[in-house]
Amino acid sequence: MRYIDEYRSPDILKGQLERIGDHQNSISLMEVCGTHTMAISRAGLRPLLAPTVDLVSGPGCPVCVTSERDIGKAIAMAGMPDVILTTFGDMMRVPGPQGTLVEAASRGAAVKVVYSPLEALALAEKERDMRVVFLGVGFETTSPLTAAVTLQARERGLDNFYLLSLHKLIPPALRALVTMEGFGIDGFILPGHVSVIIGSEAYSFLPEEFDIPCAVAGFEAADILQAIIRIIEMKEGGPAVSIEYSRAVRPEGNPKALDIMNQVFEPEDAEWRGIGTIPGSGLRLREDFRHHDAGAWEVDVPPAQAESRCRCGDILCGRIKPPQCALFAGECTPENPVGPCMVSTEGTCASYYLYDYRKGDDLD
Amino acid sequence: MCLAVPAEVLELKENDMALTELGGVRKDVSLMLVDDVKAGDYVLVHAGFAIEKIDKVEAEKTLELFEEIAKLDEVY
Amino acid sequence: MTEELVTMAHGGGGTRMRELLEEVVFPLLGEPLLMEAEDAAALTMPGERVAFTTDSFVVKPLFFPGGDIGKLAVCGTVNDLAMRGARPLYLTLGLILEEGLPFSVLEEVLRSCAEWSREAGVGIVTGDTKVVEKGMADGMYVNTAGIGVIGEGREVSIKGAAPGDILLVNGFIGDHEVSVIGEREGFDLQVSVRSDCAPLGGLVEAMQEAGDLHALRDPTRGGMAAALKEMASSSGTAVELVEEELPVREEVRAVCEMLGLDPLLLANEGKLVAAVPEEEAEKILEAMRGHSLGEDSALIGKVTDGRMGEVSIMTPLGSHRLLRMPSGEQFPRIC
Repeated sequence: MRYIDEYRSPDILKGQLERIGDHQNSISLMEVCGTHTMAISRAGLRPLLAPTVDLVSGPGCPVCVTSERDIGKAIAMAGMPDVILTTFGDMMRVPGPQGTLVEAASRGAAVKVVYSPLEALALAEKERDMRVVFLGVGFETTSPLTAAVTLQARERGLDNFYLLSLHKLIPPALRALVTMEGFGIDGFILPGHVSVIIGSEAYSFLPEEFDIPCAVAGFEAADILQAIIRIIEMKEGGPAVSIEYSRAVRPEGNPKALDIMNQVFEPEDAEWRGIGTIPGSGLRLREDFRHHDAGAWEVDVPPAQAESRCRCGDILCGRIKPPQCALFAGECTPENPVGPCMVSTEGTCASYYLYDYRKGDDLD
Repeated sequence: MCLAVPAEVLELKENDMALTELGGVRKDVSLMLVDDVKAGDYVLVHAGFAIEKIDKVEAEKTLELFEEIAKLDEVY
Repeated sequence: MTEELVTMAHGGGGTRMRELLEEVVFPLLGEPLLMEAEDAAALTMPGERVAFTTDSFVVKPLFFPGGDIGKLAVCGTVNDLAMRGARPLYLTLGLILEEGLPFSVLEEVLRSCAEWSREAGVGIVTGDTKVVEKGMADGMYVNTAGIGVIGEGREVSIKGAAPGDILLVNGFIGDHEVSVIGEREGFDLQVSVRSDCAPLGGLVEAMQEAGDLHALRDPTRGGMAAALKEMASSSGTAVELVEEELPVREEVRAVCEMLGLDPLLLANEGKLVAAVPEEEAEKILEAMRGHSLGEDSALIGKVTDGRMGEVSIMTPLGSHRLLRMPSGEQFPRIC
């Protein structure tokens, strides 16, 4: 497969790993994209990078950071008689106050997994008697898509199409992270596909205000390793934002996609599960589009349960590693997840459990 | 939230759509978020939409850079 | 029969049902024992050790590239028998039809059952038909039970995998599920991959002629991951796969890249994974490659005495990762 296989060549990867291994000091780097977490784990990079590079996962898994109350809203809507809730597959097993979407479906709620929001639009066209709600989760990679689909809905007069926007933004989250007490990361591996949309200038505050070097990375193993090499170079040469995914990312991003996003959405404060409210970090539909806004509906959501010993918040901020959570690999496993970091396949805890940890290992 | 794959544009279709191909699999995708796409271009596809055109020149440069790094390490 | 659609009356036990059986079902299946239409088929079982299994089939859509629910129902049960080292002999066929199902569809499925039961060397000797209201059964559900005999020294169990064994698979994985995904409404994917649905009795026999099989499993729902996990757990061993050796077609890889799926979790309907003694692996692999259903057979890993039930994969870089055990449906992701 073109533009994929070439970047997986073991010869290139071995060469890059050696180059990284040559570096004397050890550093800790954070990636903030669930897809990066997965890619690193699947390629088996983490153990090969230690001890020179310690890779920490940040809050880059939109599934993990969606608040319990928001999932609760979606599940409550799915249960309404004239509603079909359409969603990406990623959200199906995330627990809300009433359980998961999978469980809601088994109780009779109309839930449909789609690959693209275009399918939700087509469904709205086909089922004019039903209200079709699309569960809009994801960062800036995905929000232009739901914006485009909402514009289409308006154009085609599909007033039975609604969007429940739970979209979040990466740069405000990064700012919240670096200003957190005790935050000690040497560099960021930035999300390649979010950056396709927003470009690299959005991250310039990181080197300029906080002296933190960062590199925009693609998703093949060679792309990730290249970003790491570059960050190490910048630690010595001077921090900046470097694009290491130039075949897809331009400094100005994708202006057309940004424009469509801005036509439909405006920023608002948003609650990130396990972290709290981050100002200006969410997207809501503008006034013009309120008639497609499922977020404006009155919905009965049961109160969220207190997650007492779940430490997803600390994990999402990179403060602790999964084995340091008392529940990890005991009460909390991928088969019986307690918190969202274990539910999502690319959540930090699930990733760690499946790829980096052996039963019986010492949990330090 | 970033699963996107590079696919080749085979032909443009009506309603701002295009037929694309990756590894022998064909799929219609929306071009609503990109401009100036033509057959033979490669686009990055996320959830049924092209979100950017792949810059073939940059792709080549990147690969050359990687190969260079790999060779350099062989020498040492 | 002049009707075009199945009605509730066809399941009612009266003359309509009689007509359905005598004019449609029996002629298409063509099995003498079946036509005797007794309450049960009385059979003589050669040998003493009998293998007995059942499976229900609810696939949607009913027809997909490379197969249909009828072929699946025959091969699925035949293969479960073959995985025990049994020679499959007889099948039952239970049909639950949705009211309004076109007869043309039913006939097509029955023809397929007949064709593939002949191919597999089994007789469909007894069965049942029910009709349920419109809206139920997704067109049709099928159940088959199968019975076969296990010859002397031929019995195989998944408990038998032993440390040091080599793991073999008879070809490309993930084909079946991808062929069905391509037909599923909404995803709008055009794939040319066909389902690998096939009866494996003959292949297993060829393998047993060539050497000793310690364990067999067919990786259907849950894919290779589930099959290997079950094999490792049942036999108290660990399994180590080599990622580069797994045979996966480019199209299947492409679909997995697009939808965020793992080829090891995809269902197969014409595959088996075998644990064989190291010294016999080459001979058995050769026998597999010489069989029409094993041309692309590959050596994919080994059984070890590591942590019980653990399945790990060696990446092209030489590092290891644990295989995720599927806990439920694999949904396409965008993350």
